[in-house]
Amino acid sequence: MNDLANIPEVTHEWGVILPEIFLGVTALLLLVLEVAVPKLKRALPYLAMGVQGLLAGYLGWLTFNAPVTDTSTFFGGMIAQGPDTNWMRIFFLLCGAFVSHLGLTYLKSRPLARIEFYHIQLVIVACFMLLVQSAHFGMLFVTLEALTIGFYLLVAYGRNSDFSLEAGLKYLITGALSSGIMLFGIVLLFGAASNPIFDYSTTQPLQFSELGTFFTSYHRMHDADQSLLALVGAGLVICGLAFKIGLVPFQVWIADVYQGAPTPVTAFLAVASKAAGIFVLINLLRGPFAELEEVTVPLLTVMTGATLLIGNLAALGQRNVKRLMGMSGVAHAGILILGVLALSSHPGLMPVLFFYLTVYALASFGVFEVMSHVGAEEDADQQFEDYSELMKTQPLLGGALAIGLGSLAGIPPLAGFIAKVLIFYAAIQAELYALLALAVFGVVCSIYYYFGWLRASVTKAVFAEEGRPSPVAPNFGAKVVLYGVSALSVFFGLYQGVFGLPGY
Amino acid sequence: MSAPLTLAFLEGLRPILEGVESSGFSHIALVLAVIFPLCMAISMSLGGAMSDLFAKAAAMLGFIVPAVLSLLLAVVYYGQDYAGGYAFEILKDTGLGNFGIYFHLGLNGISMPLFVLAGIVGLAAGGYAVSGKIEKIRIYLILLLVMQAGLMGTFASVDVLFFYLFHEFALIPTFILIAMWGGRGRRSVALEMSIYLTLGAMLTLAGLLLLYLKSDAVAFNMIELRAYASSVENGGLISALLLLGFGVLVSLFPFHSWAPNGYATAPASNAMLHAGVLKKFGLYGLVQIVLPLLPADFIVWSPTLMWLALGNIIIIGFVTMAQRDLKMMLGNASVMHMGYAFLGLFAFSAVGVGGAVLMMFAHGLSIALLFLLADVIERRSGTTEFSELGGMAKEAPVLAAFFIAATMASIGLPGFANFWGEFAIFVSLWESATPWVIAPAVAGIVISAVYGLRAVSKIFFGEAKATYEGGDLTALEKWPALVLLIGLLAVGFWPRLVSDDVDAAVQDIIRTAEPALAATSQDVIVAER
Repeated sequence: MNDLANIPEVTHEWGVILPEIFLGVTALLLLVLEVAVPKLKRALPYLAMGVQGLLAGYLGWLTFNAPVTDTSTFFGGMIAQGPDTNWMRIFFLLCGAFVSHLGLTYLKSRPLARIEFYHIQLVIVACFMLLVQSAHFGMLFVTLEALTIGFYLLVAYGRNSDFSLEAGLKYLITGALSSGIMLFGIVLLFGAASNPIFDYSTTQPLQFSELGTFFTSYHRMHDADQSLLALVGAGLVICGLAFKIGLVPFQVWIADVYQGAPTPVTAFLAVASKAAGIFVLINLLRGPFAELEEVTVPLLTVMTGATLLIGNLAALGQRNVKRLMGMSGVAHAGILILGVLALSSHPGLMPVLFFYLTVYALASFGVFEVMSHVGAEEDADQQFEDYSELMKTQPLLGGALAIGLGSLAGIPPLAGFIAKVLIFYAAIQAELYALLALAVFGVVCSIYYYFGWLRASVTKAVFAEEGRPSPVAPNFGAKVVLYGVSALSVFFGLYQGVFGLPGY
Repeated sequence: MSAPLTLAFLEGLRPILEGVESSGFSHIALVLAVIFPLCMAISMSLGGAMSDLFAKAAAMLGFIVPAVLSLLLAVVYYGQDYAGGYAFEILKDTGLGNFGIYFHLGLNGISMPLFVLAGIVGLAAGGYAVSGKIEKIRIYLILLLVMQAGLMGTFASVDVLFFYLFHEFALIPTFILIAMWGGRGRRSVALEMSIYLTLGAMLTLAGLLLLYLKSDAVAFNMIELRAYASSVENGGLISALLLLGFGVLVSLFPFHSWAPNGYATAPASNAMLHAGVLKKFGLYGLVQIVLPLLPADFIVWSPTLMWLALGNIIIIGFVTMAQRDLKMMLGNASVMHMGYAFLGLFAFSAVGVGGAVLMMFAHGLSIALLFLLADVIERRSGTTEFSELGGMAKEAPVLAAFFIAATMASIGLPGFANFWGEFAIFVSLWESATPWVIAPAVAGIVISAVYGLRAVSKIFFGEAKATYEGGDLTALEKWPALVLLIGLLAVGFWPRLVSDDVDAAVQDIIRTAEPALAATSQDVIVAER
């Protein structure tokens, strides 16, 4: 009954995870090159960025040339690649490239180790990519833990900042707790599915497909609800994921950790970590947990409602922009899960979620890029006041901030608007009216805090502190990024053809 | 039936107009009228360093082109026999085709006058913005151009999502314009307005999405929805959402409190565009979408609507009388006059709805003119408080003449476009089931005469209490005012310029609504038996 010992013959399918391997090798190479060729030190961040960009291009080229239509499994069922996974892998690679770029600005003025940042960050990206492909709870847990440990390091990366160290500790404790909860859920599922009482019990209960088969058989044989053990197990796994996504009531760590973590890491958490959690959740809901709707749907519905409400209300009072991004990210998670719930009755709506994730990532990275320029020595302590008259002093930063925040708030003609409309559309299709009403309420709230921030950047702060350093002017690379993400936020608001959005 | 091109001198142009129509230029013109201001805004924002004069010239081009194109399209439209239906349609898939959402532009008898209104008021607002000394004029003009593109797009959209999208598009610059260039209390006013209007917009969006998804229509545009008008479910909820949402956006009593402060604080050109054009979005949505699609539910709500509209007219009328500041008075007056448009819809007759559309057109011109002149008064004297003004007619006779004319127009004197709108609305009220509503409505006219004439006497006559600098209207300030006044007078003397096609389009709406209405009255008859 030892599941891990039962993995079938070792396969020679390393080619399918070539990008991940490449990332790992590059990560090691960075460390070696730093010592071996000190002259290249300044070029190494660009190497990290370039490798991620190239791999994204490679994957994109592969997908474009030979679109994947059905799911195939590799490594004895550890890894499954379907039409959606390539998409997510490209997403994470591009996120990683962005974060590397943000790291450049952050590390420039700080007495911190440099190359290690990119090293850890590359490993995390590889873990994200493996996480979304995992088809086995063992694989899922190992990659999730590996990347979480990476994040423990990155969150506390600002060793000279009290905020960063505190955030690191908080993330460590809550992260460990969530891992524990999830592991306990996995164990319960393992127990429920490998119970020898049933002749249809499975020998591979950690495999998504086997677990799903077991639940289907159980349902057919007993013509009744699933066993309590399985329901509790599934609930706990979802709670563990909810920690990563930041759903209420598992959002307690978000504000402090987002504030304390270095800005590039905050961006990484806000976008990639959230997207990964959402995708794994979808994977579970349409895979092994498809038969467990009696517990997953009510659980997620309650969490979504609470998330939409609390995320927006808690953001109302924030004046620290990093905490604000944290709470508004919680609210966005609520809207995304609203889409996930709609997905269960309209599976074809998956591209809508991809669209939302892309739009959210673009807008967030634009805002974080601006934040990394405004945040001076202590970037955890950015208030609205620090943005006083940004529009006049640094029009490019001000404009990019306006477009990013506008897109997050869902203001036409920016992409965020279409993304929200499509999620609402899906919610109406799935008849989730109560949650929809909460989401609409949330959007009205969100105008207050996004607009408050925007207003701070347009007008002169009334109580401006004397002697705050003024924002850094963006260099050439930052200008390219700012123009790029802003232009894409506008472009995707007007044209969505590239996403292949389905009807119903 | 002869085409309703009644102006003899246009007859000579007919071959040219037909050429324009058959060559397909009109479709391009429609898209250009929407896109061009936006293109100018983008090129001005990316254009690097430029002198203020160059920025002003570029921006003016961005305002003149849509105004000219809108007038050209109007002439083409009146020259052809479209009978109020859609013309110049253009359709492009932007990637949401599977959702039934397309970039779909076109104009019908109702949108045509409002499209022209947006063009004319935009031209005047842009012209006025250029005439003054404004800090950071380039950004100011860029925002105005974005707003102008949104306004043109709102009324040119056949697709409902783009109709909404363009409206929001025009709203955003409003907030920034108020926050950066507004008068006193701009920080809080900008925030209050943005939250209030977002609330209205979100309710509207929810209502529109529900309307589409609860009908059998497979495309989210006004033409398709009308074809499936009878298939809408949950009409009660949807019409409640839409009435509330649109009501907030049009400042229906008691959801009006954002409007007076917002207009009084906003910079003049922005107030002209918002009060003159953008606010008509809600009424336009009611006419184009709610009336034809949800007539039975609208009838259920109409008594409530009537009382609220009377609230606009009487209560806000008294509030307006009590104002001691010219811009606050104009802000309140604009809220008050929206009551008449709602009364026109309430009666649900071709005369009333047509009158409401005429009223929207006329009110847009007259309120824009008044905000322009009020800002000139502020430029000359540094204040808009009645107690500090007086005797201005001696210093600035032309300004006084313009102001008096605009006041007369807004009261609804014959000879101005507003008269025909109000007149048609009164006729429809007389024919409605509750003719007594005319009495308070006429009382409202008296109220507006009282505050309008009092404002004239306080500002222009009596003793001068302030020193006026700058003399009379300059040429740069005069021509935008003149454009608006000519519009008011032209339609005032020749209402058929607008009313023929409005009437045809409204008749069409009533025809679409008839089956649903007949079904409702059948239910009533059955219930009575």
